[in-house]
Amino acid sequence: MTLLERRVRSVLLFELLSGMWLTLVYFFRPKVTLNYPLEKGPLSPRFRGEHALRRYESGEERCIACKLCEAICPAQAITIEAEPRPDGSRRTTRYDLDMTKCIYCGFCQEACPVDAIVEGPNFEFATETRAELMYNKDKLLANGDRWEAEIAANIERDAPYR
Amino acid sequence: MPKITINHMEIEVDSGLTVLQACEIAGIEIPRFCYHERLSISGNCRMCLVEMEPSPRPVASCAMPVADGMVVYTNTPMVKKARKSALEFLLINHPLDCPICDQGGECDLQDITMAYGADQSRFQENKRAVAEKDLGPLVATAMTRCIHCTRCVRFSTEVAGVEEMGATGRGENTEVGTYVEMAVSSEMSGNMIDLCPVGALTSKPYAFTARAWELRHTETVDVLDAVGSNIRVDSRGNEVMRVLPRLNEDINEEWISDKTRFSYDGLKRQRLDRPYVREDGRLREASWEEAFAAIAGRIAAIKGAKGQKIAAIAGDLACCESIQALKDIMNAFKSPHMDCRQDGAMLDPAARAGYLFNTSISGIEHADLCLLIGVNPRIEAPLINARLRKRFLMGSFSVALVGAKVDLTYAYEYLGSGPRTLEQILSRSHMFAELMDAANRPMLILGQGALARADGAAVLAAARDLADQFAMVSHDRNGFNVLHKAAARVGAMDLGFVPGEGGRDVAGILDGAASGELEVVYLLGADEIDTTFLDPAFVIYQGHHGDAGAAAADVVLPGAAYTEKDATYVNTEGRVQQSRLAVHPPGQARPDWMVLRALSQALGQKAGYDTLEELRAQMIRSNAVFAELDVAAADRTAKTKWAAFGAPGKMNGSPFADTVENFYMTDPIGRASETMARCTDTFIVPHLSITGTDG
Repeated sequence: MTLLERRVRSVLLFELLSGMWLTLVYFFRPKVTLNYPLEKGPLSPRFRGEHALRRYESGEERCIACKLCEAICPAQAITIEAEPRPDGSRRTTRYDLDMTKCIYCGFCQEACPVDAIVEGPNFEFATETRAELMYNKDKLLANGDRWEAEIAANIERDAPYR
Repeated sequence: MPKITINHMEIEVDSGLTVLQACEIAGIEIPRFCYHERLSISGNCRMCLVEMEPSPRPVASCAMPVADGMVVYTNTPMVKKARKSALEFLLINHPLDCPICDQGGECDLQDITMAYGADQSRFQENKRAVAEKDLGPLVATAMTRCIHCTRCVRFSTEVAGVEEMGATGRGENTEVGTYVEMAVSSEMSGNMIDLCPVGALTSKPYAFTARAWELRHTETVDVLDAVGSNIRVDSRGNEVMRVLPRLNEDINEEWISDKTRFSYDGLKRQRLDRPYVREDGRLREASWEEAFAAIAGRIAAIKGAKGQKIAAIAGDLACCESIQALKDIMNAFKSPHMDCRQDGAMLDPAARAGYLFNTSISGIEHADLCLLIGVNPRIEAPLINARLRKRFLMGSFSVALVGAKVDLTYAYEYLGSGPRTLEQILSRSHMFAELMDAANRPMLILGQGALARADGAAVLAAARDLADQFAMVSHDRNGFNVLHKAAARVGAMDLGFVPGEGGRDVAGILDGAASGELEVVYLLGADEIDTTFLDPAFVIYQGHHGDAGAAAADVVLPGAAYTEKDATYVNTEGRVQQSRLAVHPPGQARPDWMVLRALSQALGQKAGYDTLEELRAQMIRSNAVFAELDVAAADRTAKTKWAAFGAPGKMNGSPFADTVENFYMTDPIGRASETMARCTDTFIVPHLSITGTDG
């Protein structure tokens, strides 16, 4: 570019106009921003959000206290205690998950032989206190009940790739 | 010795071995389920197949004896395929319930399938299911998982000596179980759980509570009988989750008794976790300072020679460290009144050989005759009984019994019920004397039932005469054995925790307390005495369970149980062993020697040691045997002297008593245990009330 050419461009405000043109182009393009929390983006079925403990359709809890999730958890966020239930089946008496320790790697979900512990699509579980992030079995089961439809749909969508 | 070639490697092995054992010697691992070193060979799992020239088919190595010139291959494609196929057959009917199986993580089938199995199943059909068997309160069953290795059947028949287990049916319908629905009535049934290579037999009390990978292992010794079985305590956090045997060929091989294995839940109940002081007839919680002040105040209030007014009794679970520390306190007060023989057994501290199992447990295997006197080894020491049975099965071993008729796991000749029979044998008027003369390596086992009686010293002397007369004692062996029931007994005798000059024994202490001649009685875990005698005296109880002793106490000092301290115990063979801390004592409880060390200071008689090492050095100064760990008296470099012991005298004719009524509840830990209570309900109570009309 010669000196003359640059002078002409700057006198004619070319840079300014080209910037304004770009603005005008984006003004008419579809928007990429979302009006969160009224609008939410799409989530992969493999999205790893808040944990939940699922139940079978009969209402029986899935978790059988095999402790594989506890064993594989790299952050050691899971604590399980178990004993025989009065009917003789193997169930947890305690299933604690420290959400402040959790690194959301999803290994617990991978390790679970009965699809009991899953990381659901919920990512909006911020709390006001730290203590609220210490999940117990009741909280996790309640999460499962609340998100069962979405979790089941996600697992089904992901099934062909497993 | 035959020379065989394994994988092109020539080795020479003893004849009579099997190919599998030869491979083991050569350092080659052969997978197996049914084969076990201590059981007979059955050869039914087909996992140990190897290729052998010139056989066109693979050969089961566990059942094939070695012969000179054999050529064996363990890594050929044929062997690999054979292993893979054997596993596929085993897995056809094995459920895929590893996540809920207690064996998961320590399962032979899991491990071997990972190492040698195929990566996926080709089996589409239905798997079989087998009804659960009820084997009693200790062994949980999931017989669908059974792979029919028959280790449990062989164990119960061969080692435990109760022919109650067996396999019925053929092919796919094979089922292992008791022929009639019943609890396995063996005091060693828990070992079947360890033997089971899959999760068909698991521990009922341990069910679903922990996984193998989350447990911390502590190698320690058992104190619930006087055998001193080597055990591994598995704990999680500060809780004992289970107890497993640890290999020790000289003591327990790889078995332990059910009491040892399952009493651990008693460690969590009825515990003394803080000091108590009696006020207005009730025990109230107190601090250590208050408790010590109460003791110091009471002892300071004794008028005259304090040593004559205080006494101490050591219990059956006390460790040598605490016994030494208590003895030092008693010595500081110049009190001769101390005793460790709660049951009143007339053991003579004069000669160590007079209260030891001199032959040693492994030495039983070299004996050819055994005379049992007032003893029920099956109940008092199941592992010594197992060793006797092992010797019995080897053949040419005669066993005879003088005392209460009992159900042992081998045939024995019943000679008589009491001292009269001993006199007859001594005077050679009894037929059995001829057999004893003919025996090359005879031994006798003297039980507490024969010693815990008024003429016990005379019985002890008579037994010594027997040993002398029938050449049981020579320079290289000693066939005179005393079988103890209490883990603390031999250690306490070694440390001289017996009445000093003019001192009172247990009966004397109880009488003295009742009559007011003794004002302070210190119970170091002593619960097996009649505490009603102690009422007038000021009783200090130091121990870990709220049992008889604590209920009678004026001051309770919480101590540590055997899993909660580094301590020394001496087993019935005179073998000094150390237990290790697996979990910490609950609450304010402390290791017993520390309590006594602190108490000595509070009493103004500060002990001369501040650390466990210094205390152990003090024990070695008391008795040099404590310097040599894990060696039975029979194998020590300094031989136990065969000196005079016992008091020859007249024996009365009353029969020897059977001293253990309930195998499962011989100690405060067992009495606090729920599992042991269930065992008592299943195995003991029915025998107490067979009237046919009750219930």
